[in-house]
Amino acid sequence: MPELIAKTALAGKTLVVAGTVLAEVDHGVVCSIAPYPGQRDAVGDALKALGFGFPAVNSFTMQGHAMIAWAGREQAFLIGVDCPDLSGLAAVTDQSGGWVSLSLQGPLAVQALARYVPMDLRLSAFPVGAAARTPLYHMSMVLLRVAEDGFRLMLFRSMARTAWHEIEVALKTLAARAA
Amino acid sequence: MRIAGKGLIDRMRPVSFKFDGKTYQGFKGDNVASALLANGVKLVGRSFKYHRPRGVLTAGSEEPNAMIEVIGASNQTPNVRATVQEIFEGLNTRSQNRWPSLRFDVMAVNDMVSPFLSAGFYYKTFMWPRAFWEAIYEPIIRRAAGLGSLSGKHDEGHYEKAFAFCDVLVIGAGPTGLMAALEAARAGADVILCEEDWLLGGRLLADDAHLDGKPAGEWVAAVEAELKALPNVRLMARTTVTGAYDGGQYSAVERVGLHKGPRPDLPRECFWRITAARTVLAAGALERSIAFPMNDRPGIMLASAVQTYLNKFGVVPGKRVTLFANNDGARAVARQLMAAGVTVAAILDSRTDASAVEDCPVYLGAQVTDTKGRLGLRAITGTHVGGEFALETDLLAVSGGWNPTLHITCHLNGRPRWESSLAAFVPLADAVPHLQAAGACNGAFDTLGCLREGQAAAQAALRGLNRAAADAVLPTAEGLPYVIAPLWQVAGKGRAWLDFANDVTTKDVKLAAQEGYSSVEHMKRYTTQGMAPDQGKNSNVGALAVLADTTGRGIPETGTTTFRPPFVPTSIAVMGAGGRGAGFAPQRFLTSDQASRDRGAPMIEAGLWYRPSYFPKPGEASWLASCNREIGYVRGVVGVCDVSTLGKIDIQGRDAGRFLDLVYTNMFSTLAVGRVRYGLMLRADGYVLDDGTSARLGENHYLMTTTTAAAGLVMRHLDFVHQSECADWDVRFISVTESWAQFAVAGPMARALLNGYLDQPLSDFPFMATRAVTVGGVQARLFRISFSGEEGYEIAVPTRYGEALFRDLVARAETMGGGPYGMEALNVLRIEKGLITHAEIDGRVTAFDIGAAKMVSAKKDCIGKLAATRPGLVGPERAQMVGLKPLGAEKITSGAHLFVPGADLSRMNSQGHISSVGYSPMFDRDLGLGFLVNGRARVGETVRVIDRLRDIDVLAEVCDPVFHDKDGEKLRA
Amino acid sequence: MRIPCPLCGTRDRREFYYYGSEDYLKRPTDQGTVEDLDNHLFLRDNPAGVTRDVWYHETGCGAWMVVTRNTITHEVLGSELVAKKKEA
Repeated sequence: MPELIAKTALAGKTLVVAGTVLAEVDHGVVCSIAPYPGQRDAVGDALKALGFGFPAVNSFTMQGHAMIAWAGREQAFLIGVDCPDLSGLAAVTDQSGGWVSLSLQGPLAVQALARYVPMDLRLSAFPVGAAARTPLYHMSMVLLRVAEDGFRLMLFRSMARTAWHEIEVALKTLAARAA
Repeated sequence: MRIAGKGLIDRMRPVSFKFDGKTYQGFKGDNVASALLANGVKLVGRSFKYHRPRGVLTAGSEEPNAMIEVIGASNQTPNVRATVQEIFEGLNTRSQNRWPSLRFDVMAVNDMVSPFLSAGFYYKTFMWPRAFWEAIYEPIIRRAAGLGSLSGKHDEGHYEKAFAFCDVLVIGAGPTGLMAALEAARAGADVILCEEDWLLGGRLLADDAHLDGKPAGEWVAAVEAELKALPNVRLMARTTVTGAYDGGQYSAVERVGLHKGPRPDLPRECFWRITAARTVLAAGALERSIAFPMNDRPGIMLASAVQTYLNKFGVVPGKRVTLFANNDGARAVARQLMAAGVTVAAILDSRTDASAVEDCPVYLGAQVTDTKGRLGLRAITGTHVGGEFALETDLLAVSGGWNPTLHITCHLNGRPRWESSLAAFVPLADAVPHLQAAGACNGAFDTLGCLREGQAAAQAALRGLNRAAADAVLPTAEGLPYVIAPLWQVAGKGRAWLDFANDVTTKDVKLAAQEGYSSVEHMKRYTTQGMAPDQGKNSNVGALAVLADTTGRGIPETGTTTFRPPFVPTSIAVMGAGGRGAGFAPQRFLTSDQASRDRGAPMIEAGLWYRPSYFPKPGEASWLASCNREIGYVRGVVGVCDVSTLGKIDIQGRDAGRFLDLVYTNMFSTLAVGRVRYGLMLRADGYVLDDGTSARLGENHYLMTTTTAAAGLVMRHLDFVHQSECADWDVRFISVTESWAQFAVAGPMARALLNGYLDQPLSDFPFMATRAVTVGGVQARLFRISFSGEEGYEIAVPTRYGEALFRDLVARAETMGGGPYGMEALNVLRIEKGLITHAEIDGRVTAFDIGAAKMVSAKKDCIGKLAATRPGLVGPERAQMVGLKPLGAEKITSGAHLFVPGADLSRMNSQGHISSVGYSPMFDRDLGLGFLVNGRARVGETVRVIDRLRDIDVLAEVCDPVFHDKDGEKLRA
Repeated sequence: MRIPCPLCGTRDRREFYYYGSEDYLKRPTDQGTVEDLDNHLFLRDNPAGVTRDVWYHETGCGAWMVVTRNTITHEVLGSELVAKKKEA
């Protein structure tokens, strides 16, 4: 019987530049949840058992390692926990392998993102707990602010190496500027 | 030479650098211009057209003369303003536009023949004989044209781009900008303060001004310290705001590493896009010259520049200074020079009613009528109320008044207003939404006025942001009125320059007017006035005044030219920062990427994806040998190919089938669960958008596939159709392209391979079916579809298992005598089977053209259905898809055109083209797919294949596009 | 240029794909005439002033929207979701 070995996009890579840490996070299960017309509240009720509701636009909620994030028009990603049965209420797909999750944390995090992300990242405009669909350079991204200086980035898995490379360049550039 | 005790340079830190091969010493805080002047170097460049010897004119980024090349390890940057380039240890620079040397320049002969090189010279001289243009005139002009030179190598420098957001953007950190920033910052607004110089302070430092009774530098330092300590303030020195754009967006260029030697990871420059809710423009003003005869010699400078070099750099580039001005400003310069112990030969004031009381001779009603000194000023002659005079002088400081730096207010099509009391243009309010000009750029030319306007502009911005003012206390400062009597030009024998950089004189402007180019925009183009790197900052207003004088109109009636971004010359490299090499576009890698590279496969780009071209084996002479072998796997045994790049869209909901019926030409709501159907999608205008198979996974669940190239396009299209036509339907969809790794297993042995590999045997599994399977316990999905014409399967697993599955499948195929195949083989296989890609459906093709008219269901509407029936989109006049087979072994090419044999090979006679070609081992010749007018009715005819670029002239037979297994027996086996 | 997305808030223009006039939202069905189609596909007013265009938040939330803006002043006056009309 064949034995297939699972691999994440970047094999758990980590990089530290001047106190800022970039790391691949194994996000576990990711499900997209898209409520059918008129079913958003019912979907929210079904998620209560997990301690979640259907997330408001531009926001996410964490419960331990699990989170639910707004991920676009009429769409949320349930991350790190199995999705309850939502049949008839929402379209659910397994997105686990489709994305790479990166954690970017530290004093250079905001400025590194500002090299590629064309949206306002000031805390007043993008506070802790906010989620956004916005590009990282030319790459589609789900961006979550987990701390004042901490972000979770989700990008298409196939672009993981490019995304990593770009952020690494930005971090090293910022470190060189400060030197 | 240096003046003891003056300047903000660090005399404890000497810095050496090179100019034209010679090493000079300056100090930390010098720029190339100040350091050269301190070393007594007056001649720094040659003018563009006449190659006139030139010296430093200004002390800022507007410098028209002192443009140099900065030579780096891999960079060679021309037209760097010596007045902006800070010196650092090891800096290597050289003058430009001269040969063989700066002191002796052969092209200076142009100056001797200048009477023949007047405005419009090119247009008049090089018109005839016509044949001379390409062979003679253009090469000569090209050699003589252009300023500076490039290295010819790639610029290996690192450049950066970044975004920034703020409540209040303050442009310029002189008295106005500092006061505005302070007020806004204390009120709690997010402030970005951009300053072109490396020091904050602007004219406060250059003027030796006093605030609160103390040297202004103390106030500047205190404000800077306060702003630096505030978390809501970002100070950006060495940053020039270069343009204003819609929506409160501004571009700015930061000189990050240009003042340092090369360091790893340090960018040379950064291109900023700043979005501001409110903006205070505090860009100051630029002093202008006076067009007097022979006013371009080294040693003739602007008075404000002389003042800047004295107070900021402790340099006075002359021993006997003369000042020539039409306003009061030059008096302060004279006094400061004298206080520093410098001899002032005279003040020449063009006004007759000005004060004559100074500690030096003052000539009233004075004008300079000639100057002497080829490589450096020696003497001047002139007239004044008392008659003529002659003076020995080696530095002439000129002030013709000030022009507000209002350029950015014109970037959104605003026009400035002429203010006659200032003899200058001032910005119109609201020329750029939410931007307020304040201080000198708004026509306030005294320090107190600048401070007041800066604060008021910040307070207006705060009101707009619903924030309370901080009401910072203004320092006390001088508030002298600005008194000027316009003087634009002085009559005389010699040429009088307006635009130094482009060698435009008052005569050129007059000539333009005489010859009918009296509109300012025409004059500009006829004379090249204002078209040099300084974009007329030094000369446009003067040239306009001369044009107004010549035509007898006033300046407001004459108008102005348009200022456009960028405000200063900006390197293309910084605008393209990050886009070089791999930064140009994201690279998408398959899960099988490493496995393919391990096998030596060259990767080719397919959209953003990298896919294996072929898998070479030892002994194979060419890619074609590998390709033919891989085709043999699929036709004879079994081949494995990663097809994960195809777009996959998961569609769910009670109306999913209905939705597919709307976007596809054919029916999907009737498709049985567990079955797959080929679908065709049209654009709104009726042309083919994409094709692919869609599978029905459940009652309310479909999986659509798209081509690799159109995956994004289809997603956008589906979103549009859904949101604009049926947002209320019970349907939801999302891309699952990246969630599944999918592999084709094709060939007569494909079933045997899978039967030994999947956890379940395949049993009854017909063509165009799908089912869920498991592989080693992993949930997978199997499709029986084919892109080769052979019995084919595609197996999809969650992406994280992709690499493992690929390695397994390939290993199994190899034990059976097959193996992996790449894009080259895939392409030949599909051409042999007559299957289309975007080479065929290239956006100009209808369902009728590809022989799929029957796929447009008559039973229902779909996107593009009505449009596809428009006259001209169906019928024998259309180029229809056919197969093309050369009669012999000759090559044919995609892109070749098709002609009736014997017909004249003219564009009008082209009957179509070839879209795809591959060498088919099965037929031992090239096979092509193409489009031929009325092609389906012409099967069996012979056409002539012409490709002029690749010298192809071949006869080919028109065939049905399906060359292999026409009846699909192998496919359904 | 900044565009207000009704869902995400105001974002940089580079996040959006431009399609064209809001006329594109009124597709003639297969019951229409070729003249209807001609109007739908090709005939456009080209107003100097307020214009309404369809944009797609392509690298954002995936919403299509109608953006109202003034082609003289470049002022963006507002935006609304295309889907709103059908969902309401």
